[in-house]
This record gives sequence, structure tokens and C-alpha cells, in this order.
Amino acid sequence: MLDFVGKRYWFFLFSALLSLVCIVSLVLFGLKPGIDFRSGSSMTLSFEPPVSENDLRSVLAESGYGNAVVRHTSDDDYIIRMDELNADQNRNLLENINTKLATTTTQKDFSSSSEVVASNTVKYAAIAIVVASLCILLYISFTFRKMPKPFSWGICAIIALVFNVLVVAGIFSLLGKFADVEVDALFITGMLTVVGYSVHDTIVVFDRIRENLSHSSGSFENVVNSSIIQTIIRSLNTSLTILFVLVALFLLGGPTIRNFVLVLIIGCIAGTYSSICNASQFLIVVENKEYSRLNPFRKRNQGSLSEF
Amino acid sequence: MNRNSVFLILIVLLLGLSLWVVLPPDGERLGKKGFQFGLDLQGGTHLVYQADLSKKDATMTDGQVMDSLVRKIEQRVNAYGTGDLQIAKQGDDKIVVDIPGVRDIDEAISLIGNVAILEVYEAIEKGEYVYNADGSYAYHPASGTLSDGSTTDTLTGKYLKSASVGLDSTTNKAVVQFTWNDEGAILFEQITTRNLNKYIAIYLDGVIISEAVVNSVISDVGMISGMEAKDCQNLAIQLNIGALDVPLEIIQRADVDATLGSDSLNKSLIAGIIGIIIVAAFMIYYYGVSGTIVAVSLAIYCSIVLAIYKLLPVTLTLPSIAGFVISVGMAVDANILIFERLKEELLAGRNLRYAIDEAFRRAWPSIRDSNIATFITCGILYWFGSSFGAFMVKGFAITLFIGVAVSMFSAILITRSFIKLLIGEGIIKGLSFREVKKNA
Repeated sequence: MLDFVGKRYWFFLFSALLSLVCIVSLVLFGLKPGIDFRSGSSMTLSFEPPVSENDLRSVLAESGYGNAVVRHTSDDDYIIRMDELNADQNRNLLENINTKLATTTTQKDFSSSSEVVASNTVKYAAIAIVVASLCILLYISFTFRKMPKPFSWGICAIIALVFNVLVVAGIFSLLGKFADVEVDALFITGMLTVVGYSVHDTIVVFDRIRENLSHSSGSFENVVNSSIIQTIIRSLNTSLTILFVLVALFLLGGPTIRNFVLVLIIGCIAGTYSSICNASQFLIVVENKEYSRLNPFRKRNQGSLSEF
Repeated sequence: MNRNSVFLILIVLLLGLSLWVVLPPDGERLGKKGFQFGLDLQGGTHLVYQADLSKKDATMTDGQVMDSLVRKIEQRVNAYGTGDLQIAKQGDDKIVVDIPGVRDIDEAISLIGNVAILEVYEAIEKGEYVYNADGSYAYHPASGTLSDGSTTDTLTGKYLKSASVGLDSTTNKAVVQFTWNDEGAILFEQITTRNLNKYIAIYLDGVIISEAVVNSVISDVGMISGMEAKDCQNLAIQLNIGALDVPLEIIQRADVDATLGSDSLNKSLIAGIIGIIIVAAFMIYYYGVSGTIVAVSLAIYCSIVLAIYKLLPVTLTLPSIAGFVISVGMAVDANILIFERLKEELLAGRNLRYAIDEAFRRAWPSIRDSNIATFITCGILYWFGSSFGAFMVKGFAITLFIGVAVSMFSAILITRSFIKLLIGEGIIKGLSFREVKKNA
């Protein structure tokens, strides 16, 4: 029989390193705020006949928007981000571009938000994620109330969940730094979905542990290990089916939801890893009170590497 | 007739009903029109207005002001004839307006958002013109005495009876003609009497829009000229409905071009269909006969969910299509849970019928508990989406919720009925799981 739980400290090491990379990236680069999180305007323009990026920049500068950020997309459109424009300013700018560059501009999308909206989005996003985590902690503690320590099941699920959210946020912070990927309200939606999915996955394994505990006399570690093995095919198959549809959406679904779907793809992979390698394994740590082993600076003679 | 056949008949009826509701996509069924698509799929503009409640009439509560604003915006829009706009309060002091389709957005924005306080100004004091420093007339609000003989008031839009668009017979240009009510006529008569042969002006929201010499004493009617025809139409609508109670400011705006919208719709539909086909193929490949049963119940599942979307109706947005597709994944998950359980029971040597019952019974707590976690997140997402007017987020939460709810029903009732029926009637001998065969 495969021994998953025996390797739990290797899993923890990997998870800790990955989390560390994500935290460092978040601290260094942060997330690139999209239109929902900062005030300003953003638009996608396409031109017939096409115009050059330099000409477009100079018209923007002439119109008083020298600080606008212009990006050429793969579909030969331009995405422009700038300070907040009102309806008149927007219309004047488009007219200016049309006259000066002798082209016809189609504004494929335009979005604009003020300071108030931006700060509200941040506030509500933070509240939503915290409330979601609390509700789930309470829910799991309630579901596993007949277990000896119901609260620790909830805590372990939350640890797995925080890991998932951290991985998604960390990867998006790297993508923001190196590929200009921004986070918006849909990113938060994706995050909350990841929260839901990661718990969904964790509960399936937890349920199995609970069931096996009720008719097994083996050690807690053995019960957890066999529960992981019994559910691993299901975990992988479910992730695979969800990944099939997500990858199809990512590749074919158009640019509007591409980042949103990417959040879900990363979250789905992290969630599956986490339910097998983090959540259930932490349960053993809590059950056996192995907290001292989690301390990387503990004295060697109390526990050696060979125990890993 | 046994219990399984009854179930089968019910399922077939349900499938027929759902298909009848769903097809054709734009057909009217049970009083509901075709599928509703959000602004990101049909194109349009999403506006969030902030009302400046500090400027409200002290005798009204915030709630009354907001209700009045929503009603007036609705009336303005209805009078304009655009139709199918969605207007809703958001929070304590915001109003969300969703305008679908392509049209002159700038015009719509000024129609909705201008306060439209009309005021009559004069430039004389004690019979003589007064001037600004630059030599222009120093216009100020004109007032008069009301019918009770004692109250003095300025002449504003609140004394209007009606307004309409007309044609100036000399210039052949559009004008706004208006009629004062009884008190307004009394005021206007006093103002035109003392301003005879002098300039008076009409101000809208503090900006001069028309200026003319008074040729004769007028009481009940007036005219505003010098505006473009479409502005005349907007102004007439606004004057008839009355000024907004407080000023509005656009704090968020999102436009989506209709072409981009329909392009997104096609792309995401194709992506969704391909994704679902791959899932079905995977299930058939991996789980054989029972995988095929899942593929069939998945098709039934999809038609039920789509029928619910059409009947509620659910406004479909790009994320909500993603929500639907993910819920298909969740629906498959329930089946995978059951089959993995069934395999274990069979490997443990139980007989097929007993194993089927046992697998469904034992998989149920996992399906239930894990889906409740998803319901919790859906609830929070819905709150998150409605607290700041993100129609995309709300759409996602609703479709995911419906999808997961139906998936529980589908996995437990539809898949089980099929399997029991096929086994019970001896149509299939076993479920042909590879591992089970190997061990047998």
C-alpha cells in the first residue's frame, strides 16, 4: 500500500516552499490592480484602417493623456488604461483619434470607475473572503461535530484553503509582474470559487476518514492513509473532468474570461494537491500533537531527518 | 409495473418537458421569453450612479429620495422609448442602470443623469440692465408674487404643467414648448411685464440654454429655442417628469460592444460544448457501461438546468456560462464518487444489486457535505456581487448554485434509476469496471 502519510513532512516542505515563493512575490510585486480596484478608465479600441502604436501614443499625448498606458493585443486591438474619463472626454478623445489618424475607431469596450468604487471593491472583496473562510470553518466544525476535536477538522480545512488562495494570488502576482495580468472583480469571484472547491475536495477525504474511523481499530495515521488511497482516484478523476472543461474555456472561450478561468485552473490543481497532501495530513499533526516537528529550527537530536 | 419503470417514465417526461422549454433558444415558453443574456454577451452599458444625498430636501428620508430617483429615471427612460433597461437601487445611495444593445450611449447618459432644474433668469434690477465685470448681462433668478398675494418665489420647473417638442415656424428648427401651471402663469406674467423688450434667459441645471427678448407680455406658455433636435426631446421628457431630487454622479461605467458580446457568446458556447463532450468521452472511456449511463444522465442534467435558466429567468453572462460548465464538472464528481464506491463494494465481493444500493447510500454524505460547502460560497458570492453591482459575479453565483443543486438530484435519482433499471431488466449484465474484471 502506498504510504502517503509517512511522507507528510516532505509534502509540508514542498507546500511551505511554494507558499514562501508566493508570499515573497506578493510582498515584492503585489497584485496588479485592474479597473475594479483603482480609479480610472480602460478601453479596448480597434481601428480600420489600422494605426501604429506610436501614432496612437502621440494623439493620446496631444489630447492631454500623456500618462495613458497603451498595450497592443494579439488580436491587433489596443488596450488603453488612463485616468478616469467622463462621457464627453471619452467622445472627444475618440473623435480626436479619428480625425488625426484618419481612421475609424471601434470602442469594443470601455470601463471606468471612481475612487469610491475602487475602495468599496477592495473592502467587499476582503469581507467576502474572510466571511467565506469563517463560514466554512464553522460548517466543517459542525459537520464533524461527533469527532473528538471537531474544530481541528475545520482548522485543517482552512489551512488547505489558505494555501490554495495563496498559490493563486502568488501566481497572479508573478503574472502581473511579468505578463501584465491584472486582477479584477472576476479574479475575486474566481478566488471565492477556489475557496468553495478546495473545501469541497477536502470534505470528501475528511468524510472518508470519518467513516473509516467508525469501524477501524488501526492507528489514526493508517486510517488517514487508507482514506486518502480510497479517495485519490475520485479526486484525480474529478479534477481531470473539471480541468477538461476549464482548459476548453481557457483556450476557446475568448479573452474576457481568460484570466478568470486561469484562476479556476490553478485553484483546481492546488485544491486537489492540497486536499491530499495538506488538509488530511495536518489532521495527523493535530491529532498526534506533532507541533514541535513543524519547527524547522528544532534541535536535531529530538527528531532527525530520517524521520521524514 | 415496477418502481424503476415508473422512475424511468418520470425521467423521460422531465427530459421531454425540459427540451420543450429549452428549444428553440429564443422561443417563448410558459410565458417566458428566450434566454436572457447579460450586457457582456449582448453588448450594452452598465452605469452606477452615486446620489448626493447631502443635497436632499430635509423633509424627505433617504429612502424616499432614492425611490423617487429610481421612479423618475424609469419614467425618463420609458418616455424615451428605449425599453428593457434595468434600473435598481444598490446600497443606500447608489443606482445601477443597465442599458442593453447599441445606441447613442452619451445621449442616454445625459437623459438619465441630468438633474434638469429649469429656471427663468432676468438681467434687470429696478428696470435697468445690470452687467457683469466683462460687460455681459448679469442674469439672476427671476421671481414674482404668487396668487395668495404675499408669497414670493422664483419661477422654476416646478411650476410647469407640460412640455413638448415643437417646430419654430420661422427658423424651422426644433424647439421645446412648455406650459406653466396656474401659479407659474401668474409669475411669468409679472416677469414678462417688467422685462418687456428686454432679454430674459432660461437656465437648465445652472447653465444658460436659451436667451430671448420679450416681445409681449406672456402668461402661460413659453419656448426654448437654439438646441439640437435630440436635446429638445431629452429636455421635454425631463421637464415633464420633473427634476431629479438630488444630483447624480457616474462612479462606474462599463461598455461592451455588441460585436464583442456576440463573439464572446459564440466562443464560450463552443468551448463549453467541447468541454462537456470531452468529459462525457472521458467518463465512457474510464467507466465503460456505467460511464455511458453517466453521459446520458449528463445530457438530461444539462437540459434540466438550461430549462431552469430559461424559466426563472437567469441572466446569462460569460462567468455564468463558466459557472454552468463547472457545475457539469461537479455533477460528474457526484457520479465518480458513487462509481468509485461501487467498485470498492464489488471488489469486496458483494453482489451487484446490494453493491449498487450500498454505493449510493455511502457516497451520499460526501456528496451532500461537499456540495453544502459550495452552496455557502455561492451565497457569499451572491452577496459580494450585489453589494457592488457586479452583474457578472451575481450571474456566476446563481448558475453555480442551480447547477450544483440539480447535480445532486441528477446523480442520486437519474443515474441510479438508469443503473437499477438496466441491471434489473437484465439489459446489461454488469458494470464492466476494468479493475473489477481483472480481479474476477
